[in-house]
Amino acid sequence: MLRTNMVFLFFVVFCALGVVTSQHKARKLFQELEAEQERAKQLDVEFGQLQLELSTWATHPRIEKIAKERLKMRAPETARLLVAKPVEGAQ
Amino acid sequence: MMRGKSGRAHKFAESPVLKLALPAWRSRMVALLLLGSLGVLVGRSVYLQIVNTDFLQEKGESRYRRDLEISASRGKVTDRNGDVLAISTPMKSIWAIPADARLTAQQSQQLAKALDAEPKDLARKLASDKGFVYLQRQVSPEVADRIAALKLPGIYQNKEYRRYYPTGDMTAHIVGFTGVDDKGLEGVELAFEKSLIGHAGSRSVIRDRRGQIVEDVGSIKPPQDGKDIRLALDSKIQYLAYSMLKQSVADNKAKAGGAVVIDAKTGEILALANWPTYNPNNRDHLSGGQLRNRAVTDTFEPGSTLKPFTAALALEKGKFRFDSIINCAPGKLTIGNATISDAHPHGALTVAQVIQKSSNVGAAKMAATFAPQEMWEMFDAVGFGQTSRLGFPGEVSGRLRAWKTWRPIEQATMSYGHGISVSLMQLARAYSVFAGDGELMPMSLTRVEQGPVTGVPVFSAQTAREVRAMLEMAAGPGGTAPKAQVPGYRVAGKTGTAHKLEGGLYANKYVSSFVGFAPVSDPRLIVAVMIDEPSAGKHYGGDVAAPVFSAITGGALRTLGIAPDAQMTVVSAPQQPPKEKL
Repeated sequence: MLRTNMVFLFFVVFCALGVVTSQHKARKLFQELEAEQERAKQLDVEFGQLQLELSTWATHPRIEKIAKERLKMRAPETARLLVAKPVEGAQ
Repeated sequence: MMRGKSGRAHKFAESPVLKLALPAWRSRMVALLLLGSLGVLVGRSVYLQIVNTDFLQEKGESRYRRDLEISASRGKVTDRNGDVLAISTPMKSIWAIPADARLTAQQSQQLAKALDAEPKDLARKLASDKGFVYLQRQVSPEVADRIAALKLPGIYQNKEYRRYYPTGDMTAHIVGFTGVDDKGLEGVELAFEKSLIGHAGSRSVIRDRRGQIVEDVGSIKPPQDGKDIRLALDSKIQYLAYSMLKQSVADNKAKAGGAVVIDAKTGEILALANWPTYNPNNRDHLSGGQLRNRAVTDTFEPGSTLKPFTAALALEKGKFRFDSIINCAPGKLTIGNATISDAHPHGALTVAQVIQKSSNVGAAKMAATFAPQEMWEMFDAVGFGQTSRLGFPGEVSGRLRAWKTWRPIEQATMSYGHGISVSLMQLARAYSVFAGDGELMPMSLTRVEQGPVTGVPVFSAQTAREVRAMLEMAAGPGGTAPKAQVPGYRVAGKTGTAHKLEGGLYANKYVSSFVGFAPVSDPRLIVAVMIDEPSAGKHYGGDVAAPVFSAITGGALRTLGIAPDAQMTVVSAPQQPPKEKL
């Protein structure tokens, strides 16, 4: 009788410790998840800001200004344009 | 007695004390006391566990449980290629409870410096007797972090969003803007408010002493971010339209202008530009004039741009043919006590030439053969007198009076676009009946994913084809708008020049317009341009609006990679194109 009780006692203590460990692990993982989610949110915000920056740099007035002034580009005169027509049936 | 004669060991069980007869009430008293305290304990636990449990539970939870709001962002607005036109980015608002904010002189100085505010203003705000004051809204996250690091009492922060518009004034009218609360106030931001707006979620969590979240309790309400809106707008074409319009308004010393580019196949609005405009990122000194989306909310008498509709109806009813001769001599026509005249008297003109030379007399003579109801129905069918159902805020329907009230002279003037008012958007849309096979296309602000779009038939394909040919003549040599030509492409269109109505009278101010489409062999784009009060000497639609049309159309066709359908050289135009009469 006593022996059986002792076995049960050990079993219960073992389980109790198991619960404590897994709860601790779960909380650790949960915090990691939280941190990662926070990071994801932050990256999302950063992505938005970069998108904003990209479209600010890529506004057409700015591109045109650089093309005209820095790169000295201009639209060709119509006399110098040649239209290449795709051959019938070709892709 | 115990020590009696037997001499046996002492027996405790026979202690003489026990032999004493105690009064019975004493034991009952003890039992009662014990029972009574049990009763008190039970009562207390009933009170705590059952009667007062909710309150206590709540108090307990408030020690560790927190309800967190999960913020949701407003949707982006992008153009058809995904380029960002409006985007929200998180900011902080700094607020204070003035009663708690007892700052030392040094602290308030630091705060004022961080906020880049006048120390006096700050002191005034902190001295207010309200329970809550905003010190500054839409502060950048870096500044907010610096303020948080100061650890000032009674100063708090909230997360909020700020909307940015990278394309600025270029797309201001179509995109619109939001207020400080991230709610749409104008343009697409208002029209699509329901889809754009995000719904914040919430969750309850258990927090430990260090403020770390330990676990979620209860159910999580996930946040719903606003949906992104992909407009039909093409930012390259928009830029072209905007810059050409701006240039033209400046060159012609005009008061205002508008331009609309529509995809003739799908009814998508590829560009919508207005001048004057404003910078939606900095709206400090705004006037109503800058805010107005003229192309949609302003109506004007279109003038000759309506003549093709008169001609189309004449062809449709079988009363005239493409080459029917109309005698327009001597360039005057008297109806009742009013006289209609042409800028240049013409002799006999074919229907096509009436459009090409923009003869008022010719248009009025065609209109005289219609019943007022027929004409009203046609105008109604092409969308005049009703809004274009874009959902744009402030969209107007224009003015098309009921046909029963028309007098003959009014019917005659309406045939060439007077006595009726339309918006530039309506005009551009109406031209889709000529650009396609006689169908009025539905307009769309957003990108159309599924093709092909079908419209409402107004004219037969044959009529549309014939009017297209007339409009090509009008935009060619011998027409009123040779300046509308685009090298490499066949274009068609019609000029309009109208006196402005001021206080019910025609003033000596003009609205010049041009509506056309290209390439004629298979129209892809409809472009409408309106210049309000050009005052640099020229005011004819062919001189003022047609060159803008040419520049926008040429650039847009090239941008879209549409194959040229004509030779690259422009047929030389006569020095003096025929003028239309107002």
